[in-house]
Amino acid sequence: MSRPKIARKSTSIDMTAMCDVAFLLLSFFILTTKFKPSEAVTVATPNSVAAKVAPEKDFIMISLTSDGKAFISVGDSQGDKEKKKVMIEEINTRETLGLTDAEIAALVRAPFVGAPIAQLKQVAAIPTEKMTGASMPGIPIADTSNNQMVDWIRAAVVAYQGEKLNVVLKGDNVAKYPAFKNIIAALKKNEQFKFQMVTNPEAVPQGTYLWNANMAGKSQEQL
Amino acid sequence: MAEMDTSSGGGHKKGPGVKKAKKLSTRVDLTPMVDLGFLLITFFIFTTTMSQPTAMKLFLPKDVENPDDQNKIKQSNALTLLLGKEDNVFYYEGELAPDASNFKSSNFKDIRDVIIRKKQAVDSNLVVVIKPTDECEYKNVIDILDEMTISVVKKYAMVDISDVEKQLVTITEGAAGSK
Repeated sequence: MSRPKIARKSTSIDMTAMCDVAFLLLSFFILTTKFKPSEAVTVATPNSVAAKVAPEKDFIMISLTSDGKAFISVGDSQGDKEKKKVMIEEINTRETLGLTDAEIAALVRAPFVGAPIAQLKQVAAIPTEKMTGASMPGIPIADTSNNQMVDWIRAAVVAYQGEKLNVVLKGDNVAKYPAFKNIIAALKKNEQFKFQMVTNPEAVPQGTYLWNANMAGKSQEQL
Repeated sequence: MAEMDTSSGGGHKKGPGVKKAKKLSTRVDLTPMVDLGFLLITFFIFTTTMSQPTAMKLFLPKDVENPDDQNKIKQSNALTLLLGKEDNVFYYEGELAPDASNFKSSNFKDIRDVIIRKKQAVDSNLVVVIKPTDECEYKNVIDILDEMTISVVKKYAMVDISDVEKQLVTITEGAAGSK
């Protein structure tokens, strides 16, 4: 009586399936990752515990850089671009700048507006790729008598007539308070009392009121 | 392991004394490739920051011309925070004493305790008045507004600073700097 011999099996496993999975995941992650859109104006935003996600379209964004320059831009969608066109046309007629259609189109194509209204004609001639936050003078806001942000917000109110105007403020960590105050003043003048500030998410510190409330299952809005 | 068959191709018959070339398996060991795949996955996952920016909402009050229309708050429920330069925070409870005896200095780390203590003392009737000076940074303003959210202060307002307070801040900052 001899035991039937057990065939000795190889210990090496076929790795093909695992390899497939690995590369499938890899390609999935690479393809689904959205690159951060290159920003013409670099702004390092502060952190906050706010949980609401910043809007991605249908907004006007006021950027405030570290050196106190203010820029205005709109979302990336087609609708936003049309609104921007209306805004620029509004400014054009109000200030009688005499911009041609081609110049208006160039300004709409530009990633942001960052020059005094009187210089818009020259700005329209600058190619889009050469336009950076550092090279542009910014919208003048420092002087309360000539706060041109007021004009831009007014134009935005006209452009978004009948719709909800989302104002998003993206300020830099080290921007000084007076610049922020002047932007608030411009919003108040146009009766825009609600606005949002872009921040980076941050964890709620433990043991605080908000943390306890979150642990109890309440959201920030319910408090 | 995978090896390339370098022996001459062609189907010509070899002589009688020549051994037949062993047929090699076409299987390739994929272990290193799997390693590489997962290495890349981990790399991408760790280097990707989930940077979905969030937005803080702020509601501004309407400017009221007539002082009688303004909201009056009880002095004992008020806590005034002043934001100075270089992340300095100053605060006083209630009304500022003429000799500035209740004017205290603090910083962003300790201010939370001050707010919480005041909140407990006045039993949620707390009104925080935030007065940023011209030297303070945007980050400070956001941080202090964030403190309001963190400590669940429902009533707060951003108010322009008065000259007396401005002087006090400057003097206190100057004194701290000379130390």
